[in-house]
Amino acid sequence: MAVQSSFKNMTVCLFAICIVCSSLLAGVYALTKAPIDAAAAAKNEAAIKEVLPETAVTIEEERTVDFEGASYAYNLAYDEAGNTVGCAINVAPVGFGGPISIKVGFDASGVIWNTKVLSQAETPGLGAKCVEASFSEQFKGFDPAQKKLAVKKDGGDVDAITASTITSRAYADGVALAVKVFQAIAQTPMPLNE
Amino acid sequence: MGKFQLITKGLIKENPTFVLLLGMCPTLATTTSAINGMSMGLATLFVLVLSNMAISLIAPYIPDKVRIPSYIVVIATFVTLLQFVMQAYVPDIYETLGLFIPLIVVNCIVLGRAEAFANKNGVVDSALDGIGIGLGFTLSLTVLGLVREILGSGSMFGWKFIEGDGILAFVLAPGAFLALGYLIVIFRKLTTK
Amino acid sequence: MEYILIIISAIFVNNILLSQFLGVCPFLGVSNKLSTATGMSMAVCFVITLATVVTFLLNSLLAKFGLEFLQTISFILVIAALVQMVEIVLKKISPALYASLGIFLPLITTNCAVLGVALTVVQKSSPFASAADGMFNLGEATIYAFATSLGFGLAMVLFAGLREQLALNEVPKAFKGIPIALVTASILAMAFMGFSGLV
Repeated sequence: MAVQSSFKNMTVCLFAICIVCSSLLAGVYALTKAPIDAAAAAKNEAAIKEVLPETAVTIEEERTVDFEGASYAYNLAYDEAGNTVGCAINVAPVGFGGPISIKVGFDASGVIWNTKVLSQAETPGLGAKCVEASFSEQFKGFDPAQKKLAVKKDGGDVDAITASTITSRAYADGVALAVKVFQAIAQTPMPLNE
Repeated sequence: MGKFQLITKGLIKENPTFVLLLGMCPTLATTTSAINGMSMGLATLFVLVLSNMAISLIAPYIPDKVRIPSYIVVIATFVTLLQFVMQAYVPDIYETLGLFIPLIVVNCIVLGRAEAFANKNGVVDSALDGIGIGLGFTLSLTVLGLVREILGSGSMFGWKFIEGDGILAFVLAPGAFLALGYLIVIFRKLTTK
Repeated sequence: MEYILIIISAIFVNNILLSQFLGVCPFLGVSNKLSTATGMSMAVCFVITLATVVTFLLNSLLAKFGLEFLQTISFILVIAALVQMVEIVLKKISPALYASLGIFLPLITTNCAVLGVALTVVQKSSPFASAADGMFNLGEATIYAFATSLGFGLAMVLFAGLREQLALNEVPKAFKGIPIALVTASILAMAFMGFSGLV
């Protein structure tokens, strides 16, 4: 090695490397920020479309509602005639490996249309199965007025994932919370579709 | 050593997983399926090649005593670059691998190659070395992922060939240790003939 | 979140080694003897707790300036510097402790458990999760880090004890060393899975 390990050399060298690296990162961050945001937005939009009835053609900008001390993001959707046909609400119940971010879609009457997991960190092979249709299918057309949103072990009507009661319970609780949030939204005077 | 050997040695003779036993954390954690294992391997390959090249270029100008911190900064930079790129273009894979993408920084394979090879060799050789070791790592992770996927979920690369679940334990932690242990044994049997 | 719940969950249910696979390198590398395993666990425990507190504060500083993209790079630098500092301080004030932990300290920088816990804590305390649950404040983060490293120590010491016994037995040639250790680890991980109903 040609360069000596003097104090000056070491300081200058490390300093230079840090400066170069952080400016490089800052540059790339600025470059990739747009695609990253676009990817996240596209994912969100696809999820909204998936949990709402096909008749929903216009999806309104995201709004937030305060419910029992926490704030929840939701989107209202309208059909061609401008009638409200659905509402997609974000909830994040805590599962086994952290929060499970779920989008829950309702039709105008308050029946669950569909649910979709946005992100989760459950155990692969166990709780992570909550993203699969075999589990989430049962929430399609689930009428909270008729059936109870809790796993069968707790006396409800949700089939739990094998050996993953915590995840299933969290999922059911999350959807139940979304139902309450939906009712809170429905009770406040519906915002007009301008 | 010939250029060709630089690439092939990582596959068998110096296989990072089965022979050198390096980078065990991502090996065990991300191989719940063949695809996940392969993605992790390729992510590591990417960082390995770039950091090897960069380090072989800057090594002569770095005082000996601060060499390790300098290498770590360089590696961390490429890992962060990889995070941005994956977030932007393959967000689903990024989410599945989760924590283990930033943890490539502390993967002993990457720092190990920088210290053992890249700082003494030229750019081209270092790049080839990175490709070789990276491919070896990718291959091992894919094989391990495949074994665990076949036994644990009854599918191959996402294609399901039996109905229902497999032996669940193979997707979970115990199966990871067990499958890796037996694969090393098989690898040893095959290579020491 | 209650402290007890965090502690039990971090030590038994989500054991860092046997269910999260963080820090497996020292787990396999220095678990030949009970005494080295204990030394390593203590050093890791010390560094993880300290590093988590420092990176937790550092992250709020980064977030303030909108520099979260420097997270990985700054965390690893802080951890490396911290380990060096601990080594120097320990050498000065407690040569006895240094003699028992000292040789493990340089290895800890590249122990993914340290960076892993630091990143997990920061993720869990990030404001991106909506409701108030599942997020850590500084106190909870410290407790979590400490409990996690206790879990590391527990698995490490148990495993070293098993391996000491194992060394006395005849194993087939191809299984010698790491493979038989991995099979043992698998059985230990299965035992820890029994805790999963606890929380």
